[in-house]
Amino acid sequence: MTRRSESSSVSPDMRLFVHHRTVYRFSEPQDRVIQMLRLTPGSHVGQNVIDWRIDVDCNARLRPGRDGYGNETAMLYVDGPLSSVSLAVTGEVLTEDRAGMVAGAAEPLPPELFARSTPLTAPDEALRALATEVAGDGGPPLDQVHQLMATIHRRMRFLPQKRSEVRPAGASFADGQGGATDFAQVMVCAARLLGLPARYVSGHILRPGHQHEWHEAAHAWAEVHVPDYGWIGFDATANRCPDDHYVRVAIGLDYRDAAPVSGTRTGGGSEVLDVGVRVGMDQSQA
Amino acid sequence: MGKRAAFDEIRGHDAGETARPEFNALGDWIRETPASELNRRQQAAEAAFRQLGITFAVYGEEEAAERIIPFDIVPRIFTAREWAGLSAGLVQRVEALNAFLDDVYGARRIIADGVVPPELILGNPQFRPMLAGARPAHGIFAHICGIDLVRTGPDAFYVLEDNARTPSGVSYMLENREAMLRLCPELFEMFPVAAVDNYPDALHDTLRSVAPNGRSSNPVCVLLTPGHFNSAFYEHSFLADSMGIELVEAADLVVDDDIVWMKTIEGLVRVDVIYRRIDDDYIDPLVFLAESVLGVPGLIAAYMAGNVTLVNAPGTGIADDKAIYSYMPEIVKYYTGREARLPNVETWRCREPDCLKYVLENLPDLVVKLVDGSGGYGMLVGPTATRAEIENFRAALVAEPHRYIAQPTLALSTVPTLTDMGIAPRHVDFRPFVLSGADGVTIVPGGLTRVALREGSLVVNSSQGGGTKDSLILLDNPAEAH
Repeated sequence: MTRRSESSSVSPDMRLFVHHRTVYRFSEPQDRVIQMLRLTPGSHVGQNVIDWRIDVDCNARLRPGRDGYGNETAMLYVDGPLSSVSLAVTGEVLTEDRAGMVAGAAEPLPPELFARSTPLTAPDEALRALATEVAGDGGPPLDQVHQLMATIHRRMRFLPQKRSEVRPAGASFADGQGGATDFAQVMVCAARLLGLPARYVSGHILRPGHQHEWHEAAHAWAEVHVPDYGWIGFDATANRCPDDHYVRVAIGLDYRDAAPVSGTRTGGGSEVLDVGVRVGMDQSQA
Repeated sequence: MGKRAAFDEIRGHDAGETARPEFNALGDWIRETPASELNRRQQAAEAAFRQLGITFAVYGEEEAAERIIPFDIVPRIFTAREWAGLSAGLVQRVEALNAFLDDVYGARRIIADGVVPPELILGNPQFRPMLAGARPAHGIFAHICGIDLVRTGPDAFYVLEDNARTPSGVSYMLENREAMLRLCPELFEMFPVAAVDNYPDALHDTLRSVAPNGRSSNPVCVLLTPGHFNSAFYEHSFLADSMGIELVEAADLVVDDDIVWMKTIEGLVRVDVIYRRIDDDYIDPLVFLAESVLGVPGLIAAYMAGNVTLVNAPGTGIADDKAIYSYMPEIVKYYTGREARLPNVETWRCREPDCLKYVLENLPDLVVKLVDGSGGYGMLVGPTATRAEIENFRAALVAEPHRYIAQPTLALSTVPTLTDMGIAPRHVDFRPFVLSGADGVTIVPGGLTRVALREGSLVVNSSQGGGTKDSLILLDNPAEAH
């Protein structure tokens, strides 16, 4: 929330093309795979979903739905024998720079809900100390949250590799490095310690200069409910508030509630997960 | 409590040798049947229970080991008038619980209207945000409630706990009656006692009545158990058997296209209603605990899509939470427009500074409970606690006051009970089972009476020396009796 776009209500600032591939490969053929997908963004002020589709490479049944957070979900049912499942998401979204301010999104739950912590966002001593340090300077809540984001960005090192397991915020912060999920959960936890409701967001980001590259994970950041402003996005990985480079897909109390894919399978063995995300400004690049 | 004399349900307040007039015949029976004969019958009942395998703990007592819960041969009796009053109160209470659940997972008017502080609901782990917006058939969430009641006088009943998740113990109501009919038939000649053996039919009717829209003509109901290692497995198999429905484990069910199917030797059969005896946390690994192997992946999606009814609905824990409990009088009034017929036990919310101050000043006289504790653990019974125990609780209260509530130590009613020293009064509580279906609320006239077998003890939990008794409800019209 450092800059407000002059033209935000007039014309879209950006047309983003998103490709998001998820491939599960199994060491043994599976009898059945069931997955809950949160891969589809909704439209709201500053984010207009023009086209969005999910393709599965096998004979699968997809049932659309909506969860209690208002996220668009799809249940995926596939029968075996199955040695891999590949999901391909392609979409086109018009975005505006709203300086991180969220408006017009499906909000079935009030902000107070997001004041509670969860096992993945449970505070520990170091995170409490971080919040105390940031709050110690006083100042308006909005400034404190900005300072919190900058501090996390400074103290944690970004690792682009996707980890196989998601860690609780305390473990990520103690480690001092991690992916976007780690940054987002640390930000969510610490913002709650400042007394502000905060939630986890999964989505996508256009990285100018890296448009042709496949990234190993979808992006994630936090939204904090700031008095007098409402929900504002804070991306501690990039140390900025989401603008027209961002596509907001799903929210939740933590990673688990907003994860792009939660799955179970019947058939034993192990699995290898490959994720590739590419976000571009025109179709040919994407 | 100590000095105050407790109300004895058979002998009245003076607890003399004579019974309350309406129970004269029972007083005579107790006095005239030799203790050795009562002992013999009691042992015969327990031997039968052991053989059946009724060795489980009741709801909220997971800690109890696999063993017989002691059975006491002396029954407890309610008059028809007492039962009529209790029933009306229970119907009102359970209607309010369901209205509350429908509201908190829907419009949340009760928060907007300022009746319950928002953080008590929204910040409560028992409120499951991913289930917000769920609309189960007929708006019923808690189809089976086991409401725990205590009594302190002839007409003084209080609700101690609303069990609205997966309450157990109803098989004790049925098996205790079986045993009493067999071992003490003369009691049922003395008194016109309401039958309880129609409970499985009433439960089956309730399950069928809440089938999803369009599936009501001949719905398929199943009972989902965690399996035979679960301490209440006997009850699961007994109820499924009595209702004539399939007893299934997670591996017997599969969700496809948001529809639940049961695997049978003839192929897949669509399932409409699941009486599940698995806790929310374990019911669907896609939504709750991912490591659960007891649950059915996709079950919550089928529920949210309205294709299956879960009995009770997931997320009902918000209604029987101890922090919410203290607001039940307001909640009942809010949804029914009337004062609660059954009062709560007076409760101090330690999260409120004035209450905390009072509680800290009166710890030796109070019962202090963890908001999220159960089974009689995480609990301080002031009058019987040691100095050290009280000081430990004081420190815990000061550190995390929001986790505790406190209540006065009630002089719980007693019922004559067979002890090593002969017949003696022992404290009891009562859990009737209240069914809510499309056609309203049904209460089979009976319930589970738990008795604290240790002299002076107020803790009826089976893990802490509690036993059970049969609970006889007298009829105005003897023609309906056994």
